Amino acid sequence: MVNGKRVLIIIPAFNESGSIADVVGEVRGELPGVDVIVVDDGSADRTAAVAAAAGARVAKLPYNLGVGGAMRVGYRYARDHDYDVAIQIDADGQHDPRYVPKLVDLLDETDLVIGARFAGEGDYNVRGPRRWAMVMLSGVLSRVAHTKLTDTTSGFRAANRRVIDMFAAWYPVEYLGDTVETLVHTARRGYTIRQVPVAMRKRMAGTPSHSPAKAMIYLGRAFAVLTLALIRR
Amino acid sequence: MKLTLVTGLTGLILLATIVELLRRRQLREKYGMLWLGVLVIVIPLSLFPRLLDNVAELLGVASGVSLVLFLGIVFLLLVCVHLSWEVSHLEEETRTLAEDFALLRTEIDADRAARDELVRTDG
Repeated sequence: MVNGKRVLIIIPAFNESGSIADVVGEVRGELPGVDVIVVDDGSADRTAAVAAAAGARVAKLPYNLGVGGAMRVGYRYARDHDYDVAIQIDADGQHDPRYVPKLVDLLDETDLVIGARFAGEGDYNVRGPRRWAMVMLSGVLSRVAHTKLTDTTSGFRAANRRVIDMFAAWYPVEYLGDTVETLVHTARRGYTIRQVPVAMRKRMAGTPSHSPAKAMIYLGRAFAVLTLALIRR
Repeated sequence: MKLTLVTGLTGLILLATIVELLRRRQLREKYGMLWLGVLVIVIPLSLFPRLLDNVAELLGVASGVSLVLFLGIVFLLLVCVHLSWEVSHLEEETRTLAEDFALLRTEIDADRAARDELVRTDG
């Protein structure tokens, strides 16, 4: 329980056996009253076993579906087990679970809360095409959602019951669908979205890519995904 | 005459292939019927290529053969789009199945853990 609400932490993980134990352990240490479900998205390594040993519930997908598939498993679990709040956290340890109560508090007046970088807390900066993509996404999505959104691709989100029900029935499995398309869909259906500034930490394992070519491709795909999301029903 | 022989034979071989696939239950009826319908149109055309000349003239196409080529490409494109649509649909279905499977496995694990716990406290 966090502030009287039943909370489920959803951690999608794909080949994260290096960091998943620490992430689960930290969440359980900081938030003793919440349940944790790790959705193993068809990992080839021991992610599921390590997560279970660390004390998380584990849902193991038979093959890799992509983040969207893993997320929908989490939201379906939250709906079926009657949780008030579902919170998604990345398996690489960049999200600090100490912000969770802050997100949960805001769910009283908002349906979806996003923990956002670049919003005043912590230090994190990107340059080049990735920066342009982020500016484009946050500009357009802020208008769609009628609120200021600076970090639209953040995987640190909290949803109340209404959004849990929606995500359990509908969650795109396509590229960037878990961030961009869900935001457009949520806002279009009249749910309220807000962001909370959070500091992000260095990933515990794995490295982000810095190749300029990849950054350009990312910009192009982000643009395509955004356009599609806006013209879709 | 030679050309008519080649095109006619090709049409007949295609017809035999489809019928055989249907007979062995390798094709769903909906696809089998589609291709049989196509062959019903294609085989007469392969034997008498000038059949469509009148229609072609009506549409402003110089020869019936060009019209057949054009219609054939449009038809194949439509078939490809349809198949992409079918694959998307199938992917959505297998995705849902995979999710159901993962959720069921979680429930079974939870049940088993609860039962083990019960046995331990009783024993």
